[in-house]
Amino acid sequence: MNTLFGEKKTEAKKIVFTSVDQYPEAPISLATTLSNFTGDWRTFIPVIIEEKCVKCYICWKFCPEPAIYIREDGYVGIDYDYCKGCGICANECPTNAITMEKEEK
Amino acid sequence: MAEYKPIRKVVSGNYAAAYAVKHARVQVVAAYPITPQTSIIEKIAEFIANGEADIQYVPVESEHSAMAASIGASAAGARAFTATSAQGLALMHEMLHWASGARLPVVMVNVNRAMAPPWSVWDDQTDSLAQRDTGWMQFYAENNQEVYDGVLMSFKVAETVNVPAMVIESAFILSHTYDVVEMIPQELVDEFLPPRKPLYDLADFSRAISVGALATPNDYYEFRYKLAKAMEDAKKVIKDVGKEFGERFGRDYSEMIEKGYVDDADFVFMGMGSLMGTVKEAVDLLRKEGYKVGYAKVRWFRPFPKEELLEIAESVKGIAVLDRNFSFGQEGILFNEAKGVLYNTSARPIMKNYIVGLGGRDFTVPDVKAIAEDMKRVIEAGKLDREVEWYHLKR
Repeated sequence: MNTLFGEKKTEAKKIVFTSVDQYPEAPISLATTLSNFTGDWRTFIPVIIEEKCVKCYICWKFCPEPAIYIREDGYVGIDYDYCKGCGICANECPTNAITMEKEEK
Repeated sequence: MAEYKPIRKVVSGNYAAAYAVKHARVQVVAAYPITPQTSIIEKIAEFIANGEADIQYVPVESEHSAMAASIGASAAGARAFTATSAQGLALMHEMLHWASGARLPVVMVNVNRAMAPPWSVWDDQTDSLAQRDTGWMQFYAENNQEVYDGVLMSFKVAETVNVPAMVIESAFILSHTYDVVEMIPQELVDEFLPPRKPLYDLADFSRAISVGALATPNDYYEFRYKLAKAMEDAKKVIKDVGKEFGERFGRDYSEMIEKGYVDDADFVFMGMGSLMGTVKEAVDLLRKEGYKVGYAKVRWFRPFPKEELLEIAESVKGIAVLDRNFSFGQEGILFNEAKGVLYNTSARPIMKNYIVGLGGRDFTVPDVKAIAEDMKRVIEAGKLDREVEWYHLKR
């Protein structure tokens, strides 16, 4: 089942190997995607205006990180562990349902 | 198991490779034409056009892209194949590391051709041996039959240890010369070589992975060790697969070094590829004339058959290493490797390096006899006058 739908990403952890046997056979997924929390790079944060969202999922397709997911109710949610605030989703949204706002930290 | 009745066809070395690709049920072929490799790809294209093979052919604009496309296909789980020669292989060099590093069992036929300049399309092993350290296994075929068998076995070995493999044949001497090849019926090839089971499933989104990601100094070292170990493990797999091939189809490849008359020989000829066909013929004749000579044909250059070489070295007084290649500033590449193996042992026969046949220069039975005379003289004298002999040089 494609878990990009319907749920937030599972709690990914940084993987630390302490012996050569623990390593995967081929060099895969060491410092990227799920184990790499790109969310802390963020200055701007996307905010979704649900009234304007037409559930076209263009934002989901364009998101370069695994940050946008499709909720049970059909609207999109944002996984802030991975959203690096690039603003591509806001730029691509045909109904301007996403705005980028400066994040207060 | 169905009974094995070989299908005999008269084909060139290149066509033998193409038939093996078809019989191996390769799924993706990406290649760029270069003499003398071209007819491999032409024949595969013909199979596809006739509907004889279900292969996705990817036309590319260079050898670098050919290897890149093969890597992509292999990462996605497909059985991938490409073929090249000389300058094309050199252009692939960077991508060769990507295939082995990512542990993708791509199989490639390289038609040995001399590196330019001067421009040459003839046989020379320097192109493939220059790729020695890329982490690819290397199988050197002596004749068209070994090209066919080598491709089938290489897929099985490569997919078992997840290391890419190169099958190497001589330009024109094999690639464009027709000879009888015993081919294996498709259903028996299917039994020997079942569909590939990739290490990772790229289409499984629940366990998404990325390939070729960054590894810091904290992790890189371990991955190199894993590849080194896989190569070491490959030796056993090669012998097992070679033995299985022999049991099923009657041609035994369980030895990484094919030996002849070694046990009671004073000295042996050692070499790789098609020139060993000439040597084997010559050794038979020399034996009849009373020369105590043997031969040791290195089938797999990577992983290097250390143990088998040590065994040979213990029983002979001398080894004449025939290199159709040269590492500039040093010596023949096989000679260099073989000498290195023997350093830490007490078995150290006299070794002399003969550079022969570069750029397609003829290497004939009388040449082998002349080298045997020279080697006999060296062994009787008990010392080398010169270590590296450029045999054909016009003096």
